Amino acid sequence: MADVLKKVPVREQDPKVRATNFDEVCLGYNKEEAMEEAQRCIGCKNAKCMQGCPVSINIPGFISHVKEGNIEEAYKVISESSSLPAICGRVCPQESQCEGKCIRGIKGEAISIGKLERFVADWARENGIKPPAPAEKNGHKVAVIGSGPAGLTCAGDLAKLGYDVTIFEALHKAGGVLVYGIPEFRLPKDDVVEKEVENVKSLGVKIETNVVIGKSTTVDALMEEEGFEAVFIGSGAGLPMFMGIPGENANGVFSANEFLTRNNLMKAFREDYDTPIARGKKVAVVGGGNVAMDAARTALRLGGEVHIVYRRSEAELPARVEEVHHAKEEGIIFDLLTNPKEILVDENGWVKGMRCIRMELGEPDASGRRRPVEIPGSEFELELDTVIMSLGTSPNPLISSTTIGLDTNKRKCIIAEEETGKTSKEGVYAGGDAVTGAATVILAMGAGKAAAKGIHEFLSNK
Amino acid sequence: MYKIRKAEKLADKIFLMVVEAPRIAKHCEPGQFVIVKEDEVGERIPLTICDYDREEGTITIVFQIVGASSEKFSKLQAGDAFSDFVGPLGQPSEFVHEDLEKLKNEKILFVAGGVGTAPVYPQVKWLKEHGIEADVIVGAKTKDLLILEDEMRAVAGNLYITTDDGSYGAHGVVTKVIEDLVLNQGKKYDKCVAIGPMIMMKFACLTTKKLEIPTIISMNPIMVDGTGMCGACRLTVGDEIKFACVDGPEFDGHKINFDEAMKRQQMYKTEEGRAILKLREGDTHHGGCGHCGGDE
Repeated sequence: MADVLKKVPVREQDPKVRATNFDEVCLGYNKEEAMEEAQRCIGCKNAKCMQGCPVSINIPGFISHVKEGNIEEAYKVISESSSLPAICGRVCPQESQCEGKCIRGIKGEAISIGKLERFVADWARENGIKPPAPAEKNGHKVAVIGSGPAGLTCAGDLAKLGYDVTIFEALHKAGGVLVYGIPEFRLPKDDVVEKEVENVKSLGVKIETNVVIGKSTTVDALMEEEGFEAVFIGSGAGLPMFMGIPGENANGVFSANEFLTRNNLMKAFREDYDTPIARGKKVAVVGGGNVAMDAARTALRLGGEVHIVYRRSEAELPARVEEVHHAKEEGIIFDLLTNPKEILVDENGWVKGMRCIRMELGEPDASGRRRPVEIPGSEFELELDTVIMSLGTSPNPLISSTTIGLDTNKRKCIIAEEETGKTSKEGVYAGGDAVTGAATVILAMGAGKAAAKGIHEFLSNK
Repeated sequence: MYKIRKAEKLADKIFLMVVEAPRIAKHCEPGQFVIVKEDEVGERIPLTICDYDREEGTITIVFQIVGASSEKFSKLQAGDAFSDFVGPLGQPSEFVHEDLEKLKNEKILFVAGGVGTAPVYPQVKWLKEHGIEADVIVGAKTKDLLILEDEMRAVAGNLYITTDDGSYGAHGVVTKVIEDLVLNQGKKYDKCVAIGPMIMMKFACLTTKKLEIPTIISMNPIMVDGTGMCGACRLTVGDEIKFACVDGPEFDGHKINFDEAMKRQQMYKTEEGRAILKLREGDTHHGGCGHCGGDE
């Protein structure tokens, strides 16, 4: 019997091997490993882990079925709360949510809830188990804008309640950030994302791609001309930010969004797809979030020497610890306490380097983190051919600017009530990054879930 | 799928297609564009809207072969379909939202170069439909590369054609015609709209600046999503960074940093740029970017 204080280790691709391919890094548990890990769960009556889950999955409930090897039952329990378990099991920051609250974690390591969820979802998919069939249609039409985590969750929940739901997606493929943002090696597209989208469709949800709300049609037109009684806006935070330093428009400078979209949505890393991507030899990724790690690890797999350039220290890196750990294992170089001042450009307009300055940490700033301060005279040059800016994103004003009576705050985020997703416009609900600014997949799912409840209440009382 | 109703070769390497896209046809305005993708493995290519029929639910696109993707497009026939066709993207031309009575007192000059004739056409047509006749200069390298002449003649006030080699119309570049109209023929214009290859727009703007005619140009930089997400299409306008896809594609031509935009464009539209790209993109490079729409 293994040490009950420690997680059953999960198998991963060797760092040296995976640094050269786009296959999934984490290989997941098999049934024996999952059952062994499940044995560690105490099955708390007043389960803290559930409080840490934005969609309130009955975690001890599903784990108790895994303990007994009854994976189909475990899947049913998860399906009551989540339409996207194979995705959440992979990309949720469990360490700060469910696993962060686990009682086992006080003395030893928390139960590997994420890996168990992933195992159950993968097993269900491989064994052809579908989520339970939806209720009878109630005849009410609801439009969902955006097919990312918020939209898929809201649509799935409403379909389960019998609503006639249509998702409108601006891109040519459903999935939002799950498809264009998160790379294949963390979240396989064909095997995982597409299958979970199919599951949502099997609940009766229709998905219309290539419709840019605000351009192809508007929220008002959907309600007035197409008969939708309520609309959920889950359009994400898609606009990339730049630093505003000299040289930023040089050839070879990309937003992380562009770099990742080319690679993930357009599959540029595959020879059989037409879209090209810069295979930089020396690449700097500016920023320290999960997106920066994704961009860096993608550039590495495309054959580059890759530096993360981040102005604070390791302790402040906003990325998940697991992602930082994986990036280091694979050979990403971390230039911490370093800030770019200028991108150096050759005579043809291409990047040739970046002038940076060393930083030190001063007093805490508004975010509570110690403010990075420049060290005078510490400037130096990095020789580079590619720079990827990963500084965060903001919501796209396409919808808010074309919808009459929809209020936004000064960051251009749509204002919505947290418990219900209700906005300033009757019948219009919103959630996910469009409301909060860039956050996580699971928080967006939580917001989609809350809005589904809000819409159900609104239409039930109409 | 978006069915192609008509496919026609207009000139060497220049093609016109009428595509069924009812949502776009219902909402588009002059000045906007679409993004087109042929199949699962295809690139997303931005193309200007050349015409639209709200009743038929169709959009007309015109494109020139400049790379692998536009070459693939050119092989499609009536009855075939694009897997993806999204829009209308970008902002409509400014005049669409202007006061019509005020607009009727304005004298507008359009300057079209090469395939840039395609996006100019719906603008001139819109004005004609609203009782305004605009003068139009169309420039082409040579007679055989001139497109949409009859269509343009039907909607323009005065149409002035010029070819670089003098094979048809006047002999010379469009800027010569602009100067001739204003300086020799005493024409007065309140506004100019110039659309064509970047180098033509740059010189047209230098000329109109000298003549003090406010000028709008339309940019067609590299794009991926076309909704503001990737930032590949960023430009410097005055001292601001703008995204051609959501802030444009039309901008004040006297404020655009053409030299920077041309450097960005060189990466996929010059032999040298493509050679650098080939080196940098390795095996993901497919012999030309295919981002077409007016420049050579």
